[in-house]
Amino acid sequence: MKIYVCIKQIPDPNTVVSKLDPATRRLVRSGVSLVLDPGDETTISAAIKLRDTIGNSELIAVSMGPSSAQEAMRRALAMGVDSAILVTDPALAGSDALGTARVLAAVLKKENADLIFCSTESTDGYTGMVPGGIAEFLGIPQLTFAREITVEGQRAVIKQVTQTGYRTVESPLPALVTIASGSFEAIYPTMKGIMSAKKKPFTQLTLSDLGIEAAQVGEAGAREQVMSIGKVEARAAGQVLKDDGSAAQTIADFLQRYQLL
Amino acid sequence: MSKTIWVLVEIENSRPARSSLEVLGKAASLGRAEAIVLGSHAAEVASGLGEFGAEKVYAHNDPAYDTYLTLPAVDTLSGLLKQHQPDLLLLATTYDLRDIAARLNARNNTGLITDATDLRFEGDTLNVTVPWGGEIVVTATLPKQGAGIVLTRPKAFGLEHYDGRTPEVETLNISLQASSQVMKVLESVEVESEGPSLEDASIIVSGGRGLGKAENYHLVEELAAALGGAAGATRAIVDAGWLPYSHQIGQTGKTVKPTLYVAVGISGAIQHLAGMKGSKYIVAINKDEHAPIFSVADLGIIGDALTILPQLTQEVKKRKAQ
Repeated sequence: MKIYVCIKQIPDPNTVVSKLDPATRRLVRSGVSLVLDPGDETTISAAIKLRDTIGNSELIAVSMGPSSAQEAMRRALAMGVDSAILVTDPALAGSDALGTARVLAAVLKKENADLIFCSTESTDGYTGMVPGGIAEFLGIPQLTFAREITVEGQRAVIKQVTQTGYRTVESPLPALVTIASGSFEAIYPTMKGIMSAKKKPFTQLTLSDLGIEAAQVGEAGAREQVMSIGKVEARAAGQVLKDDGSAAQTIADFLQRYQLL
Repeated sequence: MSKTIWVLVEIENSRPARSSLEVLGKAASLGRAEAIVLGSHAAEVASGLGEFGAEKVYAHNDPAYDTYLTLPAVDTLSGLLKQHQPDLLLLATTYDLRDIAARLNARNNTGLITDATDLRFEGDTLNVTVPWGGEIVVTATLPKQGAGIVLTRPKAFGLEHYDGRTPEVETLNISLQASSQVMKVLESVEVESEGPSLEDASIIVSGGRGLGKAENYHLVEELAAALGGAAGATRAIVDAGWLPYSHQIGQTGKTVKPTLYVAVGISGAIQHLAGMKGSKYIVAINKDEHAPIFSVADLGIIGDALTILPQLTQEVKKRKAQ
């Protein structure tokens, strides 16, 4: 079986406070440390586990991004992914969720994917609209918010997180599955994995390899337009104090003052 | 000219979902609100949607919508959108509506804005307000022709009543394609949890990566229990596997608006702020004095949560006993 996992390199959410560039109105990505999206680590781990359970299968990571995204893909390879495909093209800058979905779907269509893993959403953009877009472009079902997945023959069954519990959902393959963050134990790269990642197949594609017109993607193809960026009406400034040993008292006083105890 | 805004109304336990009704009320304030309701209870709830703002309701009574996810609704909506060409499709942000929106956007190529907290038409231009973190707010629009989609942040709007409004109900007589009936729900399970749920709690204590390790999370739970509240978590620690997804507060976890939100070891990433900024009082404890969470806190303490939490839990118990 050919299993794919769509991944993304993002500004490190644990060290970087995301900023918007007022001129380009895009997320600032230069001069910040970039990492494989932590949500994707869960998703990759889920995909590796499934590949190993099914047997006789290969797992390929797919990403769209600048050439720096190679590093995030190397991490996926070090975790245990078999090969990687990166679509990189200057015309892709400023793509919206649909543009991104169009590009990833074009790769997956060429590859005849049986099963595609995505995170439910990225940790920088948070729209969560890419996986459903990919599934629609490929004309396949999308099983979302999975916290468990099994494959039997040509059928996938997931446990889907819901607002009040979960539901069990089945679908024929090929299908796309999105993984709920934190549902699978993360696999960490071993030294051996890191060494072998350097020798694994790595393909770079451009838009013309995929037969996609530049006007359909990037800023030119984006359907949403940012008109302005403004400051939020600030909440009335609160008090920020250094703990001098009396913090518990201070907080309790605050709670009592507002009748919260 | 008056705008026509469509709202897909979800059914929960055979009644219209509150989140959908809140969005319907907002739609009615922008122009002519029309509701689409699908599933085995569609016919019985249709006329009641007038009270929440609908001037017209398209109802398709077919149990396939209850059993098969996403695709039947996408097919039906896509057909209706082409036929009637409303100005906007406005949706609550829920698990199922997100899935439907993502596919509709790809099928109809009209554009989609997520996480809106407000919107209005100025002439023909749609202005959508999307907060970005604690300090920035973006105004975005959908310039292309055709009905774009806007997903609104949970609890962005209150319930509006339009007393005496009776909608025209159009019962749809269409048949769903077999090709759309592939994602089948085999079982639905409700999981009971102890104490108040995050959505209902008036007090929430929430933990983040600053707690250091999973074994320290019990400090958050103990303070929540002492305050009579619920315990929540950031996406970072859910990603790290400390807690199940059901505890996650944020843009795609749960959006909460409690009276009191205590953020412990939480830096205040954009996605987390999106889920809790509507809280009435916010108390934050964090070692890093530059943590963005302090910009929204009513009371911020720069200090070690592991030291402060046990003391605070004791103090709360003591004062409550008095």
